[in-house]
Amino acid sequence: MSTHDPSGAGGLTRRAILKSAAALGGLALCVRESGGVVLASQTQLYGAAADPGGVVDNPLVFVSIHPDDTVLVTVHRPEMGQGIRTSLALVVADELEADWPRVRVTQAPADEARYGSQDTDGSRSMRHFFQPMRRVGAAARMMLEAAAAARWGVPASEVVAERQRVLHRGTDRRLSYGELAGEAMHQPIPEPRQLRLKDPAQFRYIGKSSTRSVDGGDIVAGRAAYGIDTRLDGMLYAVVARPAVLGGKLVHYDAQAALAVPGVVRVVEIPSHPLPAQYFPLGGVAVLAGNTWAAIKGREALKVQWDEGPNRSYDSRQFETVLQNAVRQPAKVVRNQGDAVAALQKGGKRLEAEYYLPFLAHASMEPPAATARILDGRCEVWAPVQAPQATRDLVTSLLGMKESDVTVNVTLLGGAFGRKSLPDFAGEAALLSKAMQGRPVKVMWTREDDIRHDYYQAVSLQRLEAVLGPDGMPLAWLHRSAAPTENATFEAGAEGEDQTEYGMGMINIPLRIPNVRLEIPPVPAYTRIGWFRSVYNIAHGFAIQSFLDELAHAAGRDPRDYQLELIGPPRRLDPRSLSDEWNYGESPVLYPLDTGRLRAVIERATSEAGWGRSMPKGQGLGLAATYSFMSYAAAVIEVRVGSGGEIVIPRVDLAFDCGAQVNPDRIRAQLEGACIMGLTVAMHGEITFKDGRVQQSNFNDFPVLRMPEAPREIRLHLQPASFEVPPGGVGEPGLPPIAPALCNAIFAATGRRLRRLPIGNPLSNRQSKASPT
Amino acid sequence: MQSELSVNGVPVKVEATPDTPLLWVLRDHLGLTGTKFGCGMGLCGACNVHVAGQPVRTCVTPLSAAIGKPITTVEGVGRDRVGRAVQEAWLALGVAQCGYCQAGQIMSAVALLRASPHPTDQDVDSAMAGNICRCGTYPRIRAAIHRAAEQLRSAP
Ligand code: FES
Ligand code: FES
Repeated sequence: MSTHDPSGAGGLTRRAILKSAAALGGLALCVRESGGVVLASQTQLYGAAADPGGVVDNPLVFVSIHPDDTVLVTVHRPEMGQGIRTSLALVVADELEADWPRVRVTQAPADEARYGSQDTDGSRSMRHFFQPMRRVGAAARMMLEAAAAARWGVPASEVVAERQRVLHRGTDRRLSYGELAGEAMHQPIPEPRQLRLKDPAQFRYIGKSSTRSVDGGDIVAGRAAYGIDTRLDGMLYAVVARPAVLGGKLVHYDAQAALAVPGVVRVVEIPSHPLPAQYFPLGGVAVLAGNTWAAIKGREALKVQWDEGPNRSYDSRQFETVLQNAVRQPAKVVRNQGDAVAALQKGGKRLEAEYYLPFLAHASMEPPAATARILDGRCEVWAPVQAPQATRDLVTSLLGMKESDVTVNVTLLGGAFGRKSLPDFAGEAALLSKAMQGRPVKVMWTREDDIRHDYYQAVSLQRLEAVLGPDGMPLAWLHRSAAPTENATFEAGAEGEDQTEYGMGMINIPLRIPNVRLEIPPVPAYTRIGWFRSVYNIAHGFAIQSFLDELAHAAGRDPRDYQLELIGPPRRLDPRSLSDEWNYGESPVLYPLDTGRLRAVIERATSEAGWGRSMPKGQGLGLAATYSFMSYAAAVIEVRVGSGGEIVIPRVDLAFDCGAQVNPDRIRAQLEGACIMGLTVAMHGEITFKDGRVQQSNFNDFPVLRMPEAPREIRLHLQPASFEVPPGGVGEPGLPPIAPALCNAIFAATGRRLRRLPIGNPLSNRQSKASPT
Repeated sequence: MQSELSVNGVPVKVEATPDTPLLWVLRDHLGLTGTKFGCGMGLCGACNVHVAGQPVRTCVTPLSAAIGKPITTVEGVGRDRVGRAVQEAWLALGVAQCGYCQAGQIMSAVALLRASPHPTDQDVDSAMAGNICRCGTYPRIRAAIHRAAEQLRSAP
């Protein structure tokens, strides 16, 4: 068995990281806090090691084997539909030589000191924990082997673990894992350099799609327990009236009519937190009742008077003018090559365009919900949260307790998409339980609460300018991206995208253009900005991939050939050479931008889709390709546009390269989901503000894609997997190419250029207003 | 006020006002949390159950309308062969992502297959248009419905 460790903490990796730190022109001093221990390191940390929670790969933390041969794997990352409970468990099971049908999964509560980083966003779970979970499984396997060798009094080299048993080669003796578990636990944990990881050729489950979801059976039988499903003895149900305008405060309320509703037990004020909102509860008035319906009726009967505060006049329609002004003047330069300004003035064929993305709500099918109870000075919470430790920290501070007295149990998440990274709703449950002397309280958000009190995907306006040379290829590229920053949710006055935001698909365009200038104007936020699946990549990908299509058509070239020519030959670009110092927190050496892989997905998607075939009027193919979260995606969408602007999508071809593929079936599921969600972003759903308040409320005015609109065929083309290539993200990177591919297809079908999302179905007429050309 | 219901073949008594939506009666009063809340306005189908064999959105159906009629929820849908075939097809094709909408999807799919054992894609579109899946499992739902239909036809 050979050791195979492309991206973990093996020797090669450490060397690579040291080399890259040296390449930064000196050694960065990096101090982090991990489980109360302050570690000082003179090398730049990357990946999970750079996260506050860090990495834990102790097999005793993640694996326990029972005498009946059941293997219990603890999964520390929340499950929100990405299949991580199955995927991390199958990695452990494979290296452990466990029998999948005997593997059970248990969900870790919030405890990063014990489990390592649990913050589940950024498409990082497999990227960061593939190698650690392999090590967990391998170490546990070696401990079982050592226990058997000790029992038999033979050298460890004579025993081998296979399919949940340890065999002695010479004598054919065998012991089951269940029989060895007790002794194995007391064997020393192998040192990292002693670990024998499997050769990928010997994987049983990794890369195979042979393992069914650990939760599938419970889901189809209605037994799966989400945050909204928690039930405790004596529990009250709470529904909260929150200020409609961010920063609003309660002036006065009259609970009399609410208390008269049968089933209502109490009405309680939740204090508001001064801005910035962070992840604190918004404050307001809670109605607590014996069932959800009574709480909802009670809230309807409440009379509440608010002071609406500083954001009372925010109007997202007027804000478009602010964005326009912002992108039409010079701003902070974040990447500069050559002299784009001079080149743009010199003449030649000049194009400019502005692309608009509205605020978006996550609208996970399970709205936020959480339950809390306080007993004997200890608080226990059940919540569907992507950031368990942040939830625990919030509850700890809201209740003024010790961290050790707060337990946060992570339920299944009924969708999340970034919303449930911010646990304000769990804080509400904790405060309400406290107000009720510790009685269990479940806070229920209605859909209206969810749509109106989200942490929204930022609105944005992207302006692009280019000038084409005589050969039709761009000589200059100017891109200004105006969007409020997520930082404003945490830090008063933060304006404009930061490095991690323009780092998502804007800064690192790998196009061979001599003069490039990228700028970030300061733009304020008037609402809570959060992360939405693939985040700023959506706006950047939409603008850049649409604009490239515009340039190709202006040059009279095929958009595919044009883009491939601009990308140029295969090469591995150091992200820092593209002014990208962030690189999703990953090592620039392990994760360079590989233009060969980008080319390959474009070539694959287009050839599978039959790019270039002639199509009748009203039909077309559109292409878009993006690199995000260390994965490469190219989509070709086929569209048919009816005479009334009705959009039908017969087929999508999506080529995808995420490096090592651990659970290909779940990769496919995530890509299908990203495609559907990307089509919703393209065609539907827009959050607007007037008088400081969100104007939408439910799926009637914030529509999402439904079955009849879904593409009849989504053809997925996973690039051949190699375990030599470290894993990239999976949950998010399928989404950014979808909207531009659709809009480019509609241009091919109709000659109509769409620069404003959502485009509507049928196509709305709002396009022209937002477009300068 | 006390009412008698029959849920998944079991007679039960509930204490709730007659205007209480059946959804909250099932979830809060009876502890049958498999039926989900998604919108409360009849827009998403997460709360679908069968009342007297018909798919019904429980968030907009008052308790009073369900009295005396047999109710089947996702917890009981596997008791007959259509329900079982649908559940099996769902598992075989790995339909669920987060799974939250799937109870409602399954209830709609079972109702469709009872009414039309040979559903066309158009039938699937119209039967399933009321069920939202934000995770985007539509392609697999469609495939699973066709698979279950085939299974039911080949093993009557
Ligand atoms: S919750 Fe009943 S239709 Fe949405
Ligand atoms: S599977 Fe998540 S909403 Fe449908």
